[in-house]
Amino acid sequence: MTPRPGLVMEVDGSTPPLLFWNGEGFRLERLPEGTRVVYAPEPLAPLADPIAAIRHALEHPVGDMEPLSALLRPGMRLTICFDDVSLPLPPMRSPDVRQLVIEQVLELAAEAGVDDVVLIAALALHRRMTEPELRHALGDRIYDAFAPHGLLTQHDAEDPEGLVHLGRTEQGEDVEINRRAAESDLVVYVNITLVTMDGGHKSIATGLASYRSLRHHHNPHTMRHSRSFMDAPASELHSSNWRMGRLIAESGIRVFQIETTLNTDTFPAQFGFLQRREWEWTLRDRATYAATAAALDRMPARLARQIFHAIRAPQAMLSVQAGEVEAVHERAIASVWRQQGVAVEGQTDVLTMGLPYICPYNVNSIMNPILVACLGLGYFFNLYRGKPLVREGGVLILRHPTRPEFHPGHHPSYIDFYEQVLTQTTDPIEMHKVYEESFATDPWYVHLYRTGHAYHGVHPFYMWYWCAHALEHLGRVIVLGGNPSAVRRMGFSPASTLQDALEMATDVVGPSPTITHLHAPPLLMADVS
Amino acid sequence: MVDIVGVAERRLSIRERLRAKRFFVTGGTGFLGTALIERLLRSIPDAEVVALVRPGRRASAHERALREIVRNDCFDPLRRLLGDSFEETIASRLTTVAGDVSEDALGLNEAGLQTLRSCDVVVHSAATVSFDAPLDQAVEVNLLGPSRVADAIQRAWTTDGPGSRRPHLIAVSTAYVAGTHQGEANEQLLTENPLVPPVDWQGEVDFARKLRAELELESRQPQRLRELIERARAEQGAAGSHLLATRAERLREDWVSQSLVEAGLTRAKALGWPDTYAYTKALGEIALVAQFGHSAPSAGASAHGRNRLHGGRSANAANTTEGDAGNQIPITIVRPSIIESALAEPFPGWIRGFRMAEPIIISYARGLLREFPGVPEGVIDVIPVDLVVSAILAIAAAGATSPPAVYHVASSVRRPLRYGQMHELVYDWFSRHPLYDDRGQPISVPKWSLPGRGRVQQQLQRATQLMRAGERLLAAFPGRAKRVANWAATLEDRQGLAQRALSYVELYGAYTETEARYRVDRLLELWQRMSSEEQERFCFDPAAIDWERYVSEIHLPSVVARARVKTTPGRPAGISRAERARRAILSPDRHLAVFDLEHTLLSSNVVDSYSWLASRHLPFDRRIRFVGQLLAGAPRWLALDRRDRGDFLRSFYRRYEGAPVATVEADAWELFHRFLITRMFPEGLARVRRHRSLGHRTLLITGALDVIVAPLVPLFDDVVSARLGRHNGYFTGQLEELPPTGEARAAMLQRYARDHGLSLAESVAYGDSTSDLAMLEAVGYPVAVNPDSRLAALARRRGWHVEYWSKAPGGADRPLPLGPFDPRPVRSEVRQ
Repeated sequence: MTPRPGLVMEVDGSTPPLLFWNGEGFRLERLPEGTRVVYAPEPLAPLADPIAAIRHALEHPVGDMEPLSALLRPGMRLTICFDDVSLPLPPMRSPDVRQLVIEQVLELAAEAGVDDVVLIAALALHRRMTEPELRHALGDRIYDAFAPHGLLTQHDAEDPEGLVHLGRTEQGEDVEINRRAAESDLVVYVNITLVTMDGGHKSIATGLASYRSLRHHHNPHTMRHSRSFMDAPASELHSSNWRMGRLIAESGIRVFQIETTLNTDTFPAQFGFLQRREWEWTLRDRATYAATAAALDRMPARLARQIFHAIRAPQAMLSVQAGEVEAVHERAIASVWRQQGVAVEGQTDVLTMGLPYICPYNVNSIMNPILVACLGLGYFFNLYRGKPLVREGGVLILRHPTRPEFHPGHHPSYIDFYEQVLTQTTDPIEMHKVYEESFATDPWYVHLYRTGHAYHGVHPFYMWYWCAHALEHLGRVIVLGGNPSAVRRMGFSPASTLQDALEMATDVVGPSPTITHLHAPPLLMADVS
Repeated sequence: MVDIVGVAERRLSIRERLRAKRFFVTGGTGFLGTALIERLLRSIPDAEVVALVRPGRRASAHERALREIVRNDCFDPLRRLLGDSFEETIASRLTTVAGDVSEDALGLNEAGLQTLRSCDVVVHSAATVSFDAPLDQAVEVNLLGPSRVADAIQRAWTTDGPGSRRPHLIAVSTAYVAGTHQGEANEQLLTENPLVPPVDWQGEVDFARKLRAELELESRQPQRLRELIERARAEQGAAGSHLLATRAERLREDWVSQSLVEAGLTRAKALGWPDTYAYTKALGEIALVAQFGHSAPSAGASAHGRNRLHGGRSANAANTTEGDAGNQIPITIVRPSIIESALAEPFPGWIRGFRMAEPIIISYARGLLREFPGVPEGVIDVIPVDLVVSAILAIAAAGATSPPAVYHVASSVRRPLRYGQMHELVYDWFSRHPLYDDRGQPISVPKWSLPGRGRVQQQLQRATQLMRAGERLLAAFPGRAKRVANWAATLEDRQGLAQRALSYVELYGAYTETEARYRVDRLLELWQRMSSEEQERFCFDPAAIDWERYVSEIHLPSVVARARVKTTPGRPAGISRAERARRAILSPDRHLAVFDLEHTLLSSNVVDSYSWLASRHLPFDRRIRFVGQLLAGAPRWLALDRRDRGDFLRSFYRRYEGAPVATVEADAWELFHRFLITRMFPEGLARVRRHRSLGHRTLLITGALDVIVAPLVPLFDDVVSARLGRHNGYFTGQLEELPPTGEARAAMLQRYARDHGLSLAESVAYGDSTSDLAMLEAVGYPVAVNPDSRLAALARRRGWHVEYWSKAPGGADRPLPLGPFDPRPVRSEVRQ
């Protein structure tokens, strides 16, 4: 049976209650009649032979680029960069696509007699990956061959020796990236384009950059003018990255870009109901849902978190393309759209969505309130092309427990941001002006980022800037089932039931509002006309 | 009565009689003394005052006089009156001499005696007014004080030979020397009062001194000392032997002092006085009159007076005998009742210090005294301070008589204030002007049913005992939870209140139940001799008091205004106490911030770290054995840690013997980033950085190993930690360097501060238990972080700032942390 495309369904009397993510758990909510529900397309069939597809892509690059084997020669410096732990979500089953691609690249390099090879995890300001995470992404063979010799490195945006300033773009943006990559004869970037925001010039211009360089596009101004940042042509974030990417190319750095896309087969069999439409649930789906939801509600949050973070997605490779950055990216984005795109007609007054337990910044970690805001107002809100799903001045209703819990090892600056900044202001511009600098340059955060597994001190600010467009656009944000004090601290309104939330929404958008529910999983991109 | 100064005219003018006279005043820093000095300077033309003041620990007598007498708001009217010439006037008319009424000859040197020699009138108002002072102290000051003043006068005048005129000595006593017996008390010498038992005052002095010596001896008995040390240990834990000794010694002194307080009260009651104060004052009068006041022995002299002053210490004691005219001094005794705020002078409501009635009134207004004993018809004898001052001036003007005259300055006959009426007035006033609690709610005051003393006492005693038991229970609680600390604090507060209430009832109950009336015939006779103009200027007729007006419009507003209580509704404006403390701690003026690690910045200990590191390379089956071994050893380690931190560390670190340095070092970074950081208190980490950003130096002192705290080094300017010896790449298990624990930390801090040119008085220290006590005491700004129950109690008592810091919510919390299994083979592991 061929996978069915996405659809927009209208709730009527026969529609069963619909599934909402609720952090480490789920809820079934009965939506008012007339509510539109946007469903993602079903997962597309993956590549039958991914290894062959990779080899084919490496030898048949797109755009102005020679085949990889022709670029490799003995004595050259080869650097292979790869996306970090933030991709894909959830982490995929072994073997990870990065492992598959890098094994092929390394095989070609070995054949060509290249012996100066270094692997770099393109962290930007993310936390360093742990050994198990690196083993999972690359496989034991690569890890054991490179790590003990110090050839498997993680980008360090605070290492003055390890960075090189390449110049400024025509808009005066500093371009400062990883020295090893900049001084290599060839940089191979292995990318996972999970959503349309990923990949392209952003891979290197962001992934291998320093704070000095990143601040030019990771700021409230840029984020307010990225509408959405999931749609590169309309995204100021991407324009800036593209300017930087071109400057990188002009400064003579040769980049061989490999972008892979995945299908949306996100959850294993025991969570099969997550992948199906509610009215098609079998008896078995219902039973597993009931059992799972009840069990999750009763167990401690920490245990539920462990269960979810142990999930390895059965996602499989949908496409792989290699060659020149922009040409590769164009094809990858097309593939993502094929999998995730849903056409939606017109905007809505009220948009509802359930938020899952995971976002790019809490893999094997805790989803703190700032990340909840970022996932809802940054990522999910921006899953559109054209116009936002919700009209200007409309209301966004998120469902998430939003517990004020933090991972002290991964998110130390988030704790202080929550206590010291959010208690003073929720305005991205204000915090950018007053607080960002001191967090970004705090030597303790720098120390934890460089030697431990902590996100950079400035990272919570970026998460909040991610929300800047939505914060400006929306009339109100309601968090359903969220911890009231945490929700209020972020400037949102807490509600305990969907009915209450909808009632509160009418204060802003008037009576009898139009409602749209963004149904996830799987991921989708709304093409709003 | 013989009028020895020969004054008989009907028109007694205080201003004329006292003009340009020189007054010697003791007790000038007290309530009555201050008012007297002010009045002399303001109302008696050209009068001069010599104030006898005890030098303070830091201030000279003169500085003390300026600070405690002249700068009191009592002098505000005079200051306004004189304007710019105030300082000059004070300087020319007020002289200070250093001395002490509990020393022989008042501790005056030759120059001091010469100054005394220049005086015309001596007013002795120095006393220990506390109703429950230790007996020997009350004896020295109240009993022997008046005789010492008289003795000093004798010495000052001996150079002139016999016959030269002694100054008039006015000794201030109390109406209650006549006891609180029902009925009327006359203005007569105690030796003439049949209700006062014959007492050998010298015997009482000897007894009090002997008792002090005996108690000092008894308090040093091994059994008693052991008990005291145990109590000190229970309070302070492993704070260090020096601190423990200091505390135990303090407890011993307290015990002696408390025993003397009890001895005083019991002795007083045994002789028919309500308390130590009345008892020692009474004997003071008797001793004074017996030695210096009589021209002929009286009937009671054999019992009342032996003519030696305090145990032969007096130089001229041997050659003075009763009835010796050369020994006689013109003496008058003034006995005020309970002195309270001023009726009119220097201004209505002026009062100094929190006296007898004020704490009771405020406790009542705060709703804390639900009940107080008293007889509604009983008379509570209160007299405004300015009436007492005026009476003294009139007596000085009138001169002395022989035998010495006694004046009561009391209200109970002329204008009695019934106890029931006073309660009504106070109740009405606070009902109309309530105080407000912390939440800004008005406090409603209870209406007393005025039960008997016994019942109230019993109730309060029972409550106190119950709460004491509760407190002991909480003190035994090992945790550091804020909630437990709050319970303990509340209980301690309540217990303090109940205990205070009990002591009020025990001490003052006699005064509210008294039915004695103090006659003022002689005082009124004096009053009649004054012109109406002088009467208006120097009012001392108790009939002038309108109690309703006095209580409602003068006394209560004044007491409330001075009591630092909340008198307006609504939440307290401004910043809280904790916030103020925090601001002081985070002022740029501070120099150094010292941090303890375990439980101050981190909820973990050396055992956790060891367990994590040691199990890092253990497969599953061996882990179980390891946990078993560790748990089995736990009680021993705990006991050792409680006894001596240093011994514990030395002994525990042996377990690292033979562990490869490189592996432990590498693992320690993992330990930090994967385990310790999740146990750290984010607010603590933020606080360290805040200190640094303010330019303070930051220092970490910890017993943890240097390899383990290595990741914390960048957080501080300096880190002092333990260091294990190394040999051929392996740990020896012997400590090369043990960071100072307990008191040694304070010494180390002194050195550190000196080396870096910092002042510890301007420094902050953060600690969590009594083992940090020495360090906390060494700095000017101690902070107790998540204190254990002992430190919490200490911090409360000393008003130290307390912070409750917690781990970031959401972090893992395992009882015994084991390292995640690392299969990499190592040559030798940390020993299990």
